[in-house]
Amino acid sequence: MTQSAPTSPIVAASRFPDGPLPPRAGAGLKTEHIDAILADDYRIGFLEVHAENYMGDGGPPHRGLEAIRAEFPLSVHGVGLSIGSESGINPDHLERLARVVERYEPAMVSEHLAWSSHDAGYFNDLLPVPYNDQTLNRVVAHIGQIQDRLKRPILLENPSTYVAFEQTTMSETDFIREIAQKSGCGLLLDVNNVFVSATNHGWKPLHYLRDFPLELVEEIHLAGHAEDTDDEGDPLLIDAHDRPVSDAVWKLYEIVISQAGALPTLVEWDNDVPEWPVLRREARLADAILARLGPTSLLGSRHAAE
Amino acid sequence: MPRSDTSTAGEQHYFGAALLNPDLPLPEGIVGPHGKKAQKRFAVYRNNVTVSLVNALADIFPAVQRLVCEGFFRDMARFYVAKEPPVSAVIFEYGGGFATFLEDFEPLSRYPYLADVARMEKAWLAAFHAADAPPLPPDTLAAIPAEQLADTRFTPHPATRIIRSRFAAVSIFSASREQRPLDGIRPAIAEDGLITRPFDAVEVRQLPPGAASFLSALIAGKTFGEAAGLTMTGYPDFDLPAAISAMLEAGAFSDCFAGQPTTEQTP
Amino acid sequence: MSHKTIVGASALAGAVAMAISGTAFLGSTQGAAAATEKCYGVAMAGKNDCAAGPGTTCAGTSTVDYQGNAWKTVDAGTCTTMSVEGGRMGSLEPLDRDLPA
Repeated sequence: MTQSAPTSPIVAASRFPDGPLPPRAGAGLKTEHIDAILADDYRIGFLEVHAENYMGDGGPPHRGLEAIRAEFPLSVHGVGLSIGSESGINPDHLERLARVVERYEPAMVSEHLAWSSHDAGYFNDLLPVPYNDQTLNRVVAHIGQIQDRLKRPILLENPSTYVAFEQTTMSETDFIREIAQKSGCGLLLDVNNVFVSATNHGWKPLHYLRDFPLELVEEIHLAGHAEDTDDEGDPLLIDAHDRPVSDAVWKLYEIVISQAGALPTLVEWDNDVPEWPVLRREARLADAILARLGPTSLLGSRHAAE
Repeated sequence: MPRSDTSTAGEQHYFGAALLNPDLPLPEGIVGPHGKKAQKRFAVYRNNVTVSLVNALADIFPAVQRLVCEGFFRDMARFYVAKEPPVSAVIFEYGGGFATFLEDFEPLSRYPYLADVARMEKAWLAAFHAADAPPLPPDTLAAIPAEQLADTRFTPHPATRIIRSRFAAVSIFSASREQRPLDGIRPAIAEDGLITRPFDAVEVRQLPPGAASFLSALIAGKTFGEAAGLTMTGYPDFDLPAAISAMLEAGAFSDCFAGQPTTEQTP
Repeated sequence: MSHKTIVGASALAGAVAMAISGTAFLGSTQGAAAATEKCYGVAMAGKNDCAAGPGTTCAGTSTVDYQGNAWKTVDAGTCTTMSVEGGRMGSLEPLDRDLPA
């Protein structure tokens, strides 16, 4: 894969290199890695940041991200909009997200199918919603509100969940497909979340992928998970982002790429963050799979033209 | 906050309450798959919320944590999290009420200086994330004609914070942050701290007597002459050149504007 | 009206001159660049993440009540003597709440 062409004078209005996320591996940006990333001969395909960490007005976080953004494509991944909230989207938080997006002109903006804020406060976790018409309408309305403000479509990510709801009336894949169709958003497929949720709920991961609208997926997430046990002593997987991607998740990823084609693929590592070379090794594994399976995929290499 | 639907009685209200209070039963409708129990499953969410917020407080208040030890801090922080969950989804803004919480926390009643150390830490982080601005170049101030100085006003740098403590909060904060020994610090001696970020590194200084009053007056929009006059009244030993020196070195202001020459102030 | 101390123009000018003669010059872009370069790797305090907490489910599930027995498992008195790393750090004296002015 070659780097996208240098910024031409025609797009000089943009302060940063333009263009979509390349169909290569990217990494979740940790400030402690910035110097190593900038100095590395290996040029990572893109970097992704959690929007909330850049909602301050100024200071060192912005110096670091400006340096990264000057050289790499960027994806902004929100964790605090609480799209599934009964209390509605917090307009102040949406404004702050819009400021981050205007400031960094990211190639992609994404958020989670989850809630985290209620009138009582912000819970700092991605909490689950029941899959039914009521939640569907709420989530579609909220995504519309976000896309109107940002003036661009966002990607919605499938969650890792640990409990189910008696109020659920449809499958997660049907629920997500309907959201995308009604709101016009794209999808972010977190393959680790597929494996975690499938294990926790007794689904077959391959059935989930078969039912998932892969044609709407524009980005992939990969991460490591931890293993606990549920009340019955069966495995309960936890989306801990604290270790390498598991073999089972790599296998699922190969299946996704061989069907959907090469897609921008983010490796996330948020707890017990290792030195950059360890994260880079995970990224190179993803790069190798993209190079090997992307060109011969069933859906064709959708992103190879750039 | 706008409500997107009014038909539910707030399932998420019960879900949220049960997250922060493990004595509450599971929210209605929360189940495991295929008739499995959901107690440990729900505990994953309880754990995520509590542990992530306790970790955030430990990140934001490292000096306080060092002073009270990690075990005590984490137990205390869990109590604070349950009492005062974040209002903002931006985690570095969490803990605004932590200093007041410490003041009222009975097991720490003999360590009243901890609250001001916590205030120093919140101010440090606010300065870290504050808007960017170059500090006032000393030449700009030097270039103002003598007769216009008294009516000169200063624009505070966005990062500038002043903490006035009845205790030795600045010394205790600095020693704890830099992992230096605390022996010899007399906690009952009052100290004033100036927190700034002239470029990209946050700086913390202890201010000489009166300087906090002088700088606070300038920040509040008083003129150079008014601020100096007010401070000299309250602090007969106030060292004006030392205070100006400190504010320029620290980058406490980003700009200053010469006033009109005044005649009525000349005796 | 309270008494107002008037500070004369020459006193202010003298103070400014004295202050500036003893102040390092901050305005250089070199200084800004050096400070910036150092700071890329500064760790962020209080980060947002989208990961779950570390594996164990027990930490969030026990009751915290400092008036109850659970709280008594930690003694504030021994903690605030700061016996970190073999007492190298030293200790602060406790204060009676109404002692300082």
